[in-house]
Amino acid sequence: MADGQLRIGALYPNEMNIYADRGNIAVLTARCRWRGIEATVTALGLGDEIDSDAFDLFYLGGGQDDDQRRCAEDLVAVKKEALTAASQRGAVLLGVCGGYQLFGHWYELEDERIEGLGLLDVETVRAPGARLIGNIAIELDGGDGDPGGILAGFENHGGRTLLRPGATPLGRVLKGHGNDGSSGFEGCRSAHTIGTYLHGPLLPANAWFADWLIQMAVGEAQSLPQLDDDLEELAHADALKAAGL
Amino acid sequence: MSRLRIALATAIARLAAVGLRLVGSGATSLPGKILTRLAPEAIAAKAANLERGCAVVSATNGKTTTCAMVASILSADGATTVHNRAGANMAGGIAATLLTEEGDFGLFEVDEFWLDGLVPQLRPRATLLANLFRDQLDRYGELDQIIERWRRVAESPDAGSVVLNADDPLVAGLGAGAEKPFYFGIEDETIGEANPQHASEQAQCPVCHKQFSYSRYFVGHLGHYSCSNGHPGRPAPDVSASSVALDGLRGSRFTLRMGGEDFPVALQLPGLYNVYNAVAAAALGVALGIQPTVIASAIEQTSAAFGRAETVQIGGRDASIMLVKNPAGANEVLRTLADDPGDNDLLIILNSRIADGRDVSWIWDADFELLAASSGVIVCSGERAPQIALRLKYAGIAPERIAIEADLPTALELATSNSSERLVILPTYTAMLALRELLVGRGELTEALA
Repeated sequence: MADGQLRIGALYPNEMNIYADRGNIAVLTARCRWRGIEATVTALGLGDEIDSDAFDLFYLGGGQDDDQRRCAEDLVAVKKEALTAASQRGAVLLGVCGGYQLFGHWYELEDERIEGLGLLDVETVRAPGARLIGNIAIELDGGDGDPGGILAGFENHGGRTLLRPGATPLGRVLKGHGNDGSSGFEGCRSAHTIGTYLHGPLLPANAWFADWLIQMAVGEAQSLPQLDDDLEELAHADALKAAGL
Repeated sequence: MSRLRIALATAIARLAAVGLRLVGSGATSLPGKILTRLAPEAIAAKAANLERGCAVVSATNGKTTTCAMVASILSADGATTVHNRAGANMAGGIAATLLTEEGDFGLFEVDEFWLDGLVPQLRPRATLLANLFRDQLDRYGELDQIIERWRRVAESPDAGSVVLNADDPLVAGLGAGAEKPFYFGIEDETIGEANPQHASEQAQCPVCHKQFSYSRYFVGHLGHYSCSNGHPGRPAPDVSASSVALDGLRGSRFTLRMGGEDFPVALQLPGLYNVYNAVAAAALGVALGIQPTVIASAIEQTSAAFGRAETVQIGGRDASIMLVKNPAGANEVLRTLADDPGDNDLLIILNSRIADGRDVSWIWDADFELLAASSGVIVCSGERAPQIALRLKYAGIAPERIAIEADLPTALELATSNSSERLVILPTYTAMLALRELLVGRGELTEALA
């Protein structure tokens, strides 16, 4: 990481943005700026090669089926090595919805199995039944260095994501469907690499979680002063209420 | 047998409609649902009885306003329309309209996802497909699915003349399989933007799958596009607008070209998106064989439908109510607001019921940053008021300008007490219905207008 700086690599912002993923980036950059930390956002599109050391945080959002397939191919062909190195080095990688699926080993699209990055020990299958749609709340248990707390958001996914044995979920479902609608788990985390189905978007509705990601990305040495979060807390409470909590 | 069943079902459904009116219910589509349940072929049979046939309009944005313009054109042409003007645009609402209205010409706005089911029943003389934007993904899944359904409609002889937006590559591309597609668009490159707005849809050349490149963006991904490998791009429009001059919330002026003839038009509705609605309505009129002079004057006389930029008096002040329901639509409203020279007060009402889209994420794709340069308090209301307030904060609006009041009557009082400027209200769909009820209760809107 660079001093007093958060360098965000936004993966495929033109293709993978359908659930208002811009909101997540806006929250990360504003909360850095308000604390005097310079935040830069670099778009990493189809065909772009990545310098694995040039970013502290990578973000990958959700897309339509065709776009997600093209991005999957590009990820594996062009970016896999750099993103794997970044993940091992401790950079933060956040994948939401389709981005979460692409962080796993593979996902199914119709009858096809499409290879992902394999950064998270999950796979995503298609199952008969409706898309899993609705408000959702999950609880992080505070283990393994996560800060503990409740995340609220909205989920909308056809794929069912299965944790392989030993994989750590991001949280436990309090309200909503989660990874597969039945396991009671939501998301997956491996060190600083995180995948989740929660949008809403995720970070506006859960500013505390955004701060945790920023802290991991810029390093423990950087202090993050408390901000005036009155509106953030109201919005978080509102999202929890929408989920039925 | 079928005729008898339809007659019987009609009688029962009419009875239900009378009953609902007696108890003061506004359930516009329930009698229609009863009718189609008892006699599934009733829509087809009743539509076939319309003496001058019918026309169908679908789009993500602007259906209700475009239909209001088409209705005005049809009535200037001497037709009596059977028209689902209240916006109940699924099978039940259309059946209810056919059940309760008398006339010789059917005009139906149809929900994007119901189009492929209803067109074979309605068998319109012309079908207008005006635009496709991402909208309420929680209800409809993804845009790709709607495009495939629309493709089947455009290729079907049941659709009649197919009228398409040349400037929307997602829609214009459907013309490839249509019998004799008819196109409309905007021809003025001095308006719009050189760069895309955030959250524009991506469109690619259907031949080589390369992203289209744009020389001009008008509304979202609507604009002048071409394939850099030389494959067919934007078709030349048969009906178009040029020399467009926007005049903030007051309206716009443009030159409407139909059949090689130019007509100056002064539109009472604001924003470039309403220019699109007008050109779309004109194109449908031309496709139906109506005289261009009749079309041009009828469009000028169209005033806003409720909640679509209509001006009402609230607390003794001029107020404009503009429905917002998805990023593309909201962006056009916000841009119109930012371009308006007046200093307007603002009330935003965000609900997240099924008709609004339960997922409020979309507000982060709308460019509320456009409001950062204005002044004055923005009152945030509705069931999800804190979400819109937070969105405004991250759009760069000073926290002291943001007020939260979830309760609508109180929020309206607060918004009207701020100053004496024009009040602009941006409600989502169910918020608009709640507002309408509130204004009727306050005596500021008559039932007839609502």
